[in-house]
Amino acid sequence: MGDAVTPQSQFMLVAQVTPGRHRGLRELLKTMNSKPGMADPTNAVLPFGQFERLHFARLVVLDDPTLGDIEAHDVPRPSLPVYLAFIGSCDGSAGECIADLARRADTGLRRIFMHCDGFNADGDLLAWMQAHQYRLAANYINWVGRTVRQVKEESALQRALAAKVPRASLASATQAQQLRRELIDFVDAEVSAGRLGLTPSEPTPLRWQIAKFLHLVAIPLAGLILLPFLIVLSPLLIFILRTKENSDAEICPPPDRAALLELQHLEDHDVTNQYTAFGSVKPGVFRRWLVTVLLVLIDYTCRHVFTRGFLARVQTIHFAFWAFLDDKRRLVFTSNYDGGHEAYMDDFINKVTWGLNLAFSHGVGWPRTRWLVARGARIENKFKHYQRRHQLPTQVWYQAYPGLALVNLKRNQRIREGLELAHVTDTQAQAWLQLL
Amino acid sequence: MSTILSEGRSVELDDVQGLVRFGYKHLTEACFLLLRVKDQAAARAWLAQAPLTSAVKADPLPETALHVALTSEGLRALEFAPDLLAEFSAEFVAGMASDAARARRLGDIGANDPSGWQWGAGERVPHVAVLLYARSGRLAAWEQEIESQCGAGFVRIERLSTSDLHGVEPFGFVDGISQPQIDWERKRPVRDQDQLEYSNVSCLGEFLLGYPNEYGLYTPRPLLTPRRDPDALLPRAEDAPDQADLGRNGCYLVLRQLRQDVQGFWRELDRQAEGNTDLRERLAAAMVGRKKNGEPLVAPSEDSVAGNAPAQQSKLNDFTYGADPRGLRCPLGAHIRRTNPRNADLPGGPGGILSRLWRMLGFNAAALEQDLVASTRFHRLLRRGRTFGAGVTPELSATQSSPCTETGIYFICLVANIKRQFEFVQSAWLIGSKFAGLTGESDPLLGHRLPDPGDFPTDGFSIPQADGPDRRLTGLPQFVTVQGGAYFFLPGIRALRYLATAR
Repeated sequence: MGDAVTPQSQFMLVAQVTPGRHRGLRELLKTMNSKPGMADPTNAVLPFGQFERLHFARLVVLDDPTLGDIEAHDVPRPSLPVYLAFIGSCDGSAGECIADLARRADTGLRRIFMHCDGFNADGDLLAWMQAHQYRLAANYINWVGRTVRQVKEESALQRALAAKVPRASLASATQAQQLRRELIDFVDAEVSAGRLGLTPSEPTPLRWQIAKFLHLVAIPLAGLILLPFLIVLSPLLIFILRTKENSDAEICPPPDRAALLELQHLEDHDVTNQYTAFGSVKPGVFRRWLVTVLLVLIDYTCRHVFTRGFLARVQTIHFAFWAFLDDKRRLVFTSNYDGGHEAYMDDFINKVTWGLNLAFSHGVGWPRTRWLVARGARIENKFKHYQRRHQLPTQVWYQAYPGLALVNLKRNQRIREGLELAHVTDTQAQAWLQLL
Repeated sequence: MSTILSEGRSVELDDVQGLVRFGYKHLTEACFLLLRVKDQAAARAWLAQAPLTSAVKADPLPETALHVALTSEGLRALEFAPDLLAEFSAEFVAGMASDAARARRLGDIGANDPSGWQWGAGERVPHVAVLLYARSGRLAAWEQEIESQCGAGFVRIERLSTSDLHGVEPFGFVDGISQPQIDWERKRPVRDQDQLEYSNVSCLGEFLLGYPNEYGLYTPRPLLTPRRDPDALLPRAEDAPDQADLGRNGCYLVLRQLRQDVQGFWRELDRQAEGNTDLRERLAAAMVGRKKNGEPLVAPSEDSVAGNAPAQQSKLNDFTYGADPRGLRCPLGAHIRRTNPRNADLPGGPGGILSRLWRMLGFNAAALEQDLVASTRFHRLLRRGRTFGAGVTPELSATQSSPCTETGIYFICLVANIKRQFEFVQSAWLIGSKFAGLTGESDPLLGHRLPDPGDFPTDGFSIPQADGPDRRLTGLPQFVTVQGGAYFFLPGIRALRYLATAR
């Protein structure tokens, strides 16, 4: 990669909510919103909008109403805590972002976390936050390197150019070149006048590059070492898999109507929506190891392959991650996606059933899969019920660029790139004008 | 008993309401009565013997037709068993105007807000819709006959009277051309497999409950233990033979009253075209995706689309957008392209296994570009709408200064899954301001024009040009306003008899 890249990171802080303080916490979280579930960027508790490296953030109470489902596996319903999760997607390292939050939103964060177990109101906030940061099992970023600043500047650029470009039919291809040059001059003037900004990328952090390279090499090496064992064990593993697939209980009743309405109440206030799902991993060593390995592989492909605008055929996810909780007994998944919930789920079913099954079929109650990739999520209604039933209301959700979907970000980015090319062919000039 | 035979169980056409199979073009008069239950016993008594028209082909063609559909409010008013009611789809149970979240999804905000509807919200949610069709001159008598029968049980809250514009909708375009072809013979194999080419054929289960849908699955609907159907009124469920199927041979009916500002539409186009009548027509055609006579802007495909009836009209419907990926012939955001993108499950055609795998993983950039909208077959609507009011010619509407009469469409569509079919198309494809990667626009005809968050406009329309920037219309006013609507269940005929008697 020749270009300078500012990497993106995601983080999740998790702390147990003190019994008896749930209501107070929920009340406080509500005060941060301007619409149901939609954070006011200037709210007094945590003014997200001031953190110019933050793409998305959310505060969500992880309270799993499906905890008893595991009884279908003859395991007694566990007594597991209710957590508060503070989640963010940011430019640069997660550590820096958390430190910045602790520094500049000290009072507000203390007001939130005082509802959590073991929080000392007078203690070191940053140290407490760091101690409660959880490792993410797999991490997806739509476009590695695209910063909040870039998104905002390029959106302003697109608006300015779209308003400026004459839309009459062009007489010749050379006219396209001419028009492009005029628009470049226009942008230059706007930039000089301070009305537009086109900040160049910061240099790629060396540490990140090295870590990425090591990861790129280490995982296949580990795989190579494990491969002989896997080959020898494969008949047994396949037998276990098929047995479990044929016997694991499906738990896919329709979601509770009131709960569904509560989720919908929080949706479609913007062109982008949030999704948080939570559930138990099927008991036993086999599933535990299988889901661990698969999430390592998913993380690997997200880090090295799917870094340029698509996760297999899905092009509508800004950020997503999977993380284990409670000694891998539970799994949380979060995403920020474009469009409505139904379209998101149909996209999943129709385009990447295999991926959904790989990632989620280890959850208790998942619709029955075949060979790890087939059926499962393709059983439309069972899957749709399942995912809604496991979805949690996200109490506070922030996004840095309302009204902009990934199709916009990508197009605006191409406008910027086309602007910065020194020489273009006539066809390229035409194609660039068509983006405006 | 007239049936269509197949390998599986045949379709009981005498149990299906005829509206599913026929549009009744020859019955040019129609009106829709929206009723509320006044006397439960009398209402049930009428429903138990209402002279419904079945889907059996009649020879000669019938002089009149009658169809009856119920809302969930209606089932509650009849004190139908709540546990069975809860097994209908969540959208039906809640109702079209039930909550603000649904209103956001459907674009029923601003001028479309249910609080301003003539019917369909609050106390004006109908219980029953009685759809009456008749040959020219026969409606008045037919309506009188039916009203005298059901008057004891119901009170009328609205009479929706339709007009006959001879297959043209009020803006002046030939309408109703594209319809899915339903697999009545059940020849389409029941299996779940990616379809690599667009086909106009739909599994029966996309439009009738109780049959396999495009996923090869049965859409959930109320199933009963035989104990609750002691007279064995209901057919048994194919997928659960020990259960009686209340849904079989029925479907959901979505009705929306859409007022069209015909004068506003043509005036705006006249303004955009600066009085050039030829350009005005071309802009209008670009917004619709067809010329007024119905001819599509995209030329018919060389290989014909599977499932197109060899009828005269099929020429108007025998195309996909495969050869027009950029929308140079038919703009990406044209109304008919949004409502029916005519694509397969995987862009890029069949190809070899490796090519398919490559595209499945998202590595084919060209395919990915065409993949923002996919799998049309899961989002088809069977349309049965009728117009109301006179419609206006463009010449008149662009010049006339007096306000014209109320005109528009009673949009009716039949589906087995309200959420995946009607709500999806309305929300993701029509109202969606990011459809196919577009920016700053929603459906050119139906858009509510309210800006997106961040103050991004949605009132534009872009017409791609081969040699430069898109031609762009901006500041379009709202042309279509929702004035009422409801979700109904259009039961099978035996199911209606059951509903009328069961507790």
